[in-house]
Amino acid sequence: MNAVLVAMSGGVDSSVAAAMLLDEGHEVVGVTMRLWGGESDTGCCSVADVDDARRVAQQLGIDHLVFNFGDDFRAHVVDPYVAAHVIGRTPNPCIECNRHVKFDRLLRRAELLGFDAVATGHHARIVHGRVARGADRAKDQSYVVHMLGRDDLARVRFPVGTLTKDEVRRRASALGLRTATKPDSQDVCFITTGGGRAEFLGRRVPFTPATVVDTDGAVVGGVEALELVTVGQRRGVTDGGGTRRYVTALDRQRATVTVGPLDALLTERVVVDGLRWIDGPVDEEVLVQTSAHGQPQLAVVDGDVVVWRTPQRRVAPGQAVVCYDRSDTFVVAGGTAA
Amino acid sequence: MRAEAVDAMRPFLQDRFANPSGAHAAARDARRAVDEARDVVAESLGCQPGEVVFTSGGTEADNHAVLGAVRQHGGVAVATAVEHHAVLHPVEHVGGRLVAVDERGRVDLDALAAVLNDDVTVVSVMLANNEVGTVQPFGAVASLVRERAPRAVLHTDAVQGFPWLDVAALTAVADCVSVSAHKFGGPKGVGALVVRTGTTLEPLILGGGQERDRRSGTHNVAGIVAMAAAMRATVAERAATVEQVGAQRDRLVDGLIAAVPELYETVPRIDKVAGSAHVCIDGVESEALLFLLERGGVYASVASSCASGAMEPSHVLAAMGVAKERSGGALRLSLGYASTDADVDRALEVVPDAVRRLRR
Repeated sequence: MNAVLVAMSGGVDSSVAAAMLLDEGHEVVGVTMRLWGGESDTGCCSVADVDDARRVAQQLGIDHLVFNFGDDFRAHVVDPYVAAHVIGRTPNPCIECNRHVKFDRLLRRAELLGFDAVATGHHARIVHGRVARGADRAKDQSYVVHMLGRDDLARVRFPVGTLTKDEVRRRASALGLRTATKPDSQDVCFITTGGGRAEFLGRRVPFTPATVVDTDGAVVGGVEALELVTVGQRRGVTDGGGTRRYVTALDRQRATVTVGPLDALLTERVVVDGLRWIDGPVDEEVLVQTSAHGQPQLAVVDGDVVVWRTPQRRVAPGQAVVCYDRSDTFVVAGGTAA
Repeated sequence: MRAEAVDAMRPFLQDRFANPSGAHAAARDARRAVDEARDVVAESLGCQPGEVVFTSGGTEADNHAVLGAVRQHGGVAVATAVEHHAVLHPVEHVGGRLVAVDERGRVDLDALAAVLNDDVTVVSVMLANNEVGTVQPFGAVASLVRERAPRAVLHTDAVQGFPWLDVAALTAVADCVSVSAHKFGGPKGVGALVVRTGTTLEPLILGGGQERDRRSGTHNVAGIVAMAAAMRATVAERAATVEQVGAQRDRLVDGLIAAVPELYETVPRIDKVAGSAHVCIDGVESEALLFLLERGGVYASVASSCASGAMEPSHVLAAMGVAKERSGGALRLSLGYASTDADVDRALEVVPDAVRRLRR
């Protein structure tokens, strides 16, 4: 038996995670992290979500705590999110939250308080001390927890990673948990669906109008905010009509957005910042995933460069680049697109 | 709760359940109980029975005083920066002015003088602070207000002060006084606002006009009766309680200072009420500390909690100029009439252990 602190967001996955750990005979305490005091409608921090987490904990007969990590969340997730957009990058705040808040701040707090492990409701598995894809491939979240090394994983549990989402909901229903039919959370927790990214960033940074040019340098349009444009996006930068055009590059200095046909978006390589191998470099081909639900593609990794077997769409700078073994099961490396 | 309060309220939850506003014998029985309770509360607070307005607690009483004054008279609300949120938020809501405090949490009288003028229609200064225990120089505040803001309703939130201070004497100069039953052994959900004759406030809650049109809503008879019983007992025992709890508090804080390096008493004892033991402990986080204390059987708090239950940074410590690194290790240990020497022993054992563990 271990003492396990379960991060309960008020969603169905973490509710069932707590129930499973209890079933396994562990001493379980639930905690909801208060991360964001501002507006939120989808997030993990609304009072309604905390209520759900607390009520589930009461139903399971476990203690429920609330930790206020708002300062850490702002410093490590929200502020860098804004700063990244300013320099034309497309960050993944969920990954930064996992890296700095859930599996650092919370993990250290749990250790200090005498817990053996922290559990979350992520759909991923831990097999032989490595992160592996969750049993439900469609819901797999190994991509967003790829940064966990062996030391971390010794103190982390993903109980629902062995279940499909349907099985999770069935278990929640069988236990009569109030979160059984609660919809999955979507998008970035600190951004409202009403206002979106544009409103959130617009309140925090001045927007830079930019000229849209084609690959030959001819002006084909304009955008009001360079900060809201992402490499690879298709909609919103050209008037439509004719061939489909994609954003292939952003140049903040010259305030230009370059668009081109799909061909122009294709590239043979991705340079990766902070690439970290879980068990040392792998020479042979690996499968590389560059977005949360993207299809992994074959590549070899040469130093800090991913070289695709066949050209792939350019990866927006700031996105996580995660390498899996050839069986598409285990995370073997991860970093951030430069 | 105090046994007196539980005993007093029980009949009104069972057989004597009538609505005191009714016209029959059972109603008259309930009405008599409320009238008698009003006499006790008035005596305990040093006012006339007709000046007592029963409320749903301290928050409603505070809101009523601040919002009621501004809505009735227009003008500007003034309060200290360390008031309870029940005063602070209404004052901010009507665009009022907040006055700075010194490092012990006492209102800066020069700063207060500077914001007072004929436009000011309500000044709210608490008797004792709920977080750190600081007692305000209320007499000096009253003199300033009368001299510089002659129109102002002078309100004091005596919620935290009532168990420890001679509220009737100290607030004789005030126009409005808030109290809340659960702070002195009564039930939650009932309190009172003293509104002196001649002071007019717009009512917050409109309806049947049960409290002489100053507040509507069916009387919480059981709560009111229990509050009166708790109040009577509190006043009767107050001097002895202050002496006993003060000694326990001193032993607790002296013991903690001796046992825990880099633990600081937030406010000197001479400036605060007997039941308050607020300290800041460097190098620990309050949230983590509270968890370990709870496991050791010591229930403490930090500042205030938001609706989600998360701890919010203390506006009181911020106003006192306590650095964020230090206020992050704030610990609020409260003692009361029911505290025992064994409780103090337990805290002296558990707190140093928890701090040692968190500092490893």
